[in-house]
Amino acid sequence: MSINISNISKSYKKVKALQNISFKVETGELFGLIGPDGAGKTTLFRILTTLLIANKGTAKVAGFDVVSDYKNIRNSVGYMPGKFSLYQDLTIEENLEFFATIFGTTVEENYDLIKDIYMQIEPFKTRRAGKLSGGMKQKLALCCALIHKPKVLFLDEPTTGVDPVSRKEFWEMLKRLQQKNITILVSTPYMDEAALCDRIALIQNGKILEIDTPEAIVKHNPNQIYNVSADNMYKLINSLKTYKHNHSVYPFGEFVHYTDRRTDFNPKALKVYLESQNLSNIHINKTVATIEDTFMELAK
Amino acid sequence: MKRFIGFIKKEFYHIFRDRRSLFILFGMPIAQIMLFGFAITNEINNVDIAILDHSKDATTEAIINKISASTYFSINEVITKESDIETIFKKGKIKAVLNFEKDFSKNLIKEHNATLQIITDATDPNTANTISNYINAILQQYQKELNKDVKLAYQIIPQTRMVYNRELKSVYMFVPGVMTIILMLVSAMMTSISITREKELGTMEILLVSPLKPFQVIVGKVFPYIFLSIINAVVIVMLSIFIFKMPVQGSLFLLALESILFIVSALALGILISTISATQQTAMMISLMGLMLPVILLSGFIFPISSMPLPLQIISNIIPAKWFVIIIKGIMLKGVGLQFIWKETLILVGMTVFFIALSVKKYKIRLE
Repeated sequence: MSINISNISKSYKKVKALQNISFKVETGELFGLIGPDGAGKTTLFRILTTLLIANKGTAKVAGFDVVSDYKNIRNSVGYMPGKFSLYQDLTIEENLEFFATIFGTTVEENYDLIKDIYMQIEPFKTRRAGKLSGGMKQKLALCCALIHKPKVLFLDEPTTGVDPVSRKEFWEMLKRLQQKNITILVSTPYMDEAALCDRIALIQNGKILEIDTPEAIVKHNPNQIYNVSADNMYKLINSLKTYKHNHSVYPFGEFVHYTDRRTDFNPKALKVYLESQNLSNIHINKTVATIEDTFMELAK
Repeated sequence: MKRFIGFIKKEFYHIFRDRRSLFILFGMPIAQIMLFGFAITNEINNVDIAILDHSKDATTEAIINKISASTYFSINEVITKESDIETIFKKGKIKAVLNFEKDFSKNLIKEHNATLQIITDATDPNTANTISNYINAILQQYQKELNKDVKLAYQIIPQTRMVYNRELKSVYMFVPGVMTIILMLVSAMMTSISITREKELGTMEILLVSPLKPFQVIVGKVFPYIFLSIINAVVIVMLSIFIFKMPVQGSLFLLALESILFIVSALALGILISTISATQQTAMMISLMGLMLPVILLSGFIFPISSMPLPLQIISNIIPAKWFVIIIKGIMLKGVGLQFIWKETLILVGMTVFFIALSVKKYKIRLE
């Protein structure tokens, strides 16, 4: 068992950031914490990395208690905060060397662990970290968090503000690291990234909505989802929201995802209604539920 | 140890890559000492004065010659009637007028006293005061020469002697003060800023989640500034010796030790400030308002502590700079050894220990 959280609660003055959180992460697992901004992801990360003390509950990381054994945890985990937290006035090389030194190791010693990632930014190794692009910054931050070969890796929103190509690459790297038996706890507000984790926890307002594999979570969604499109998106959403049988309506890319309350729902009836609302070019098709749909359903 | 060296190396990268702070670090001491040394002085030099001589005899001529021979005054104008006095003062150039009464020489010999009126432009009271003191001194000297061979009744002539800074060079008085300000500013402000910068940029979070111990972080942050502050102190002392020809009377070794003690106490204050401020901006404001002002106003460097109201005199005791100013004035100007300043040194040691203990205690091993 790599991470074991039981009944963790944390409040800031009046705000309840976390309420009774419990879950376990197995060794070598890629575990995703999925939730919108302000859900409590960062607070949970900070408790697990010994930066904050919970008001209630206990947690163990790599077998050590986060409060009494905090020194051991600081020796054996890698942490990449949500905000870019490297020295902007130091070059790529200097940052990496600094983090290797303070963890009592050298870049050469664990080079094989970061090789795949570092090779991509190595051509710029004399460039200062502050002058790197978003994707390169994240790669460097990951290298720095990995350089001491941590047992558990905490990545707080590592892909926020990173372009889609770099995001994809980043997740491929995480998959490779997982094979080296490093436990990874990663948080993200992007639902599409959730599918890449072994297991995910959906979190909102400091509460866990559900924990399971991404496939199982999607299967739990009882509703049939329809992609609805028309030429006036704004009007379409408003019309659907005033439709008396609707169960949920929310925009999803170029479509509106719609679920109906009735068990014998007939799309044709909806089309007739929408046409009566002066909408044209209407398409209604069945679609498979995604994690985002499930999240929206659970978060209702 | 390797970790510690790695940390210090990083600190030096920060310092040398940040042009602005580097400029503050090394530009400021030089600029300040030059400013205080050359521009802001209490001394008077070549002050323009005017003469209104109603008797025009040998004695007045002798006095006028004596005054104009000094480097302090230059006689710029000679006027003939009382009503001219106001006119020339209004022009603003003349700072003082010497008004000799009629029959000055005759009165002096017959009545044993003669009157000379010194009128000064007191729009700048300090200068006016200094001018009248200087003229008085010259007159007294002349009187002494005059009375040398005249047997008179017992006459008490007050004799003022300026000790330790016989030439009344204000730069000698400013050097200890400037040194105190610079060391305080560099040590306290720079360390507090450099620690809060880590907090602000989020790197403190990573440092906390690392095997580095709190004292390694603190000492690592402080060490480069001890080194730089010592360089600054050396630069200031060198400037005062070679440019202002200021004699350092006491032992340079003792001066160095006391300076290091003061630097450490200022650094401890800097760490303390960084533990209570979340941003660089706050750290800077606290350092400037909370340290600079008291150092300038209450350390006795510009305004003598003995002439302050009692509450301020009491407050001045808790300012480390006050004790350091006493110590280095003692060493630099009077040439005293440790036996005369051990009390001040002990107070400074006590304060330093207190600040270090408090800041280590207040240093957070977590985020809140």
